[in-house]
Amino acid sequence: MKMWESLRVLLGGKPRKIPVEQYSSQAQQIHFIKREEKLTKEKLAEMEAEHIKSRRHHYWRNRRWIVLIITNLLFVVSFGLDIQILEGALTASRFIGFHFADLNSALQVMLAFKEVLINLLIGTTTVLILWWLLGGRTFCSWVCPYHLMAEFAEKIHLKLVEKKIIKDHPFDRRLRTVLYFIFAILAFVTGYTVFETINPVGILSRALIYGASLALSWVAILLLFEIFYSRRAWCRYICPIGITYGVIGVFSPLQIKYTLQNCQHEGECLKVCLVPHVLECVKKGRASNEEMFIGADCTRCGLCVDTCPTNSLTFHLKGLSNFS
Amino acid sequence: MRNPRQIEARRTFLRSIGLGVGVLGFSLLGFIPTLKSQTLRLRPPGALEENSFLASCIKCGQCVQVCPVQAIKLGDVIDGFGIGVPFIDGRTQACDFSCDALQCILACPTGALSHELSKKEQVKMGFARLAQPEKCLARQGKNFKGQARGSDFKGKLRYSEIDRWKPIAIREHPYDLLLCDLCVRQCPIPQAIKLVSIGDNKSTPIIEKNCVGCGVCEMICPTEPPAIVIDARKTGEML
Repeated sequence: MKMWESLRVLLGGKPRKIPVEQYSSQAQQIHFIKREEKLTKEKLAEMEAEHIKSRRHHYWRNRRWIVLIITNLLFVVSFGLDIQILEGALTASRFIGFHFADLNSALQVMLAFKEVLINLLIGTTTVLILWWLLGGRTFCSWVCPYHLMAEFAEKIHLKLVEKKIIKDHPFDRRLRTVLYFIFAILAFVTGYTVFETINPVGILSRALIYGASLALSWVAILLLFEIFYSRRAWCRYICPIGITYGVIGVFSPLQIKYTLQNCQHEGECLKVCLVPHVLECVKKGRASNEEMFIGADCTRCGLCVDTCPTNSLTFHLKGLSNFS
Repeated sequence: MRNPRQIEARRTFLRSIGLGVGVLGFSLLGFIPTLKSQTLRLRPPGALEENSFLASCIKCGQCVQVCPVQAIKLGDVIDGFGIGVPFIDGRTQACDFSCDALQCILACPTGALSHELSKKEQVKMGFARLAQPEKCLARQGKNFKGQARGSDFKGKLRYSEIDRWKPIAIREHPYDLLLCDLCVRQCPIPQAIKLVSIGDNKSTPIIEKNCVGCGVCEMICPTEPPAIVIDARKTGEML
């Protein structure tokens, strides 16, 4: 995806179709060949068998969950067992003495307080560079404790939808951008970090480290809302943290790469994706290049990489080769 | 008639406005406790003026982690915008300056706990007040013998004469005093409180302007409710 298009989609825009004439000649050729190929019954059966196998493939998911749990556990034991490796909470911390500050929390504090202390600036810059290298919204799927809980809630939600007990209610994705600006303005105008009151990431992180709080009931409400009403509503339509990290992800060298050649366009990746609008290019006839980079809203969670039976989606570090 | 797709799109749009208003509404509920409980919480040493403090605190709890007596707690959702913001409940566990160097201030990444302070005498958390003079044992000329707060009390205090570096539980340090002077005896700040005779073997504690409001007197006071309490955010200069 082009940088502006990637940013536009991150902020809630619908992915645009590129006129076929603007496709690269290789891409046009591949699409042409694919149109000519007829699907036989044997071929379909073979694809289905591959899907069944790939649905049980959890290489990246397992690694991601381990990283997420270890990171959060490191906070917990640093205080609980007094080993002082990672002190603080996800909003701001010190990793073996070095300041780290969550970009969104730091932004809210700077807007509300209107003064910037050097320690906070150091912490913010460190985190900015770290997540730029790692992919921006990588924070969401690889570190955020709410993401993990929401993944379980999503599993229940999908089961209930499958059994036709409930229906998913999608929202307008532009809502997240609107809320992002409203929360920024509110912080600036009121002088309070208003968003932190309902920030489930901060609430969960602090509850893990310092013990349960009443605020957890808000997290429970959010999860119930996601289970019974709208799939992954917080991450998709509300969370400003996702936008903050997403913007950095636009420029990140770590991206998910799509290769058109072997893709069978079954759409398995679209089904597992938190942000399927970034995967428009996997739909039949939509890729304008034989290789495409998935947009900034992508959390690099690797679910699509795991589920793709043809390795058409891979982790890619620009300047280096594929590594999955 | 509109087609079903337009109707669905319209529904989604209205639903989205509803969700947005709902989320903002919830977050703004934080105003209620914030306005109501202004200046009621005792904040850790060096805390800026209350509104600036709420604004500048990044809600990470690093101050909680460094406190040697675990005096600092974090606000919950009932504190509104004070969620995740540190406070001290002096009666349960006062700040006794066991750390000497104001560790919480050094730990604060945003300056919500002002780095301009370096000595405990400079702290201005609040000011002690003899709220229930009739309860005060010294004013009744009474002695005090035993554990200051009973055998279940978990609060800690640094007794320099026992171990300068390690605070111990108050219940492990029973007293035997002819006239109760616990608030004066345990005050960590020089010349902040003194006992003055009011005749007939009775005395009264007098709080001086050096008092920083750490809460040790409130924690150690053996009466229930405590005869002496801290008024958060008050200072000696206001007298």
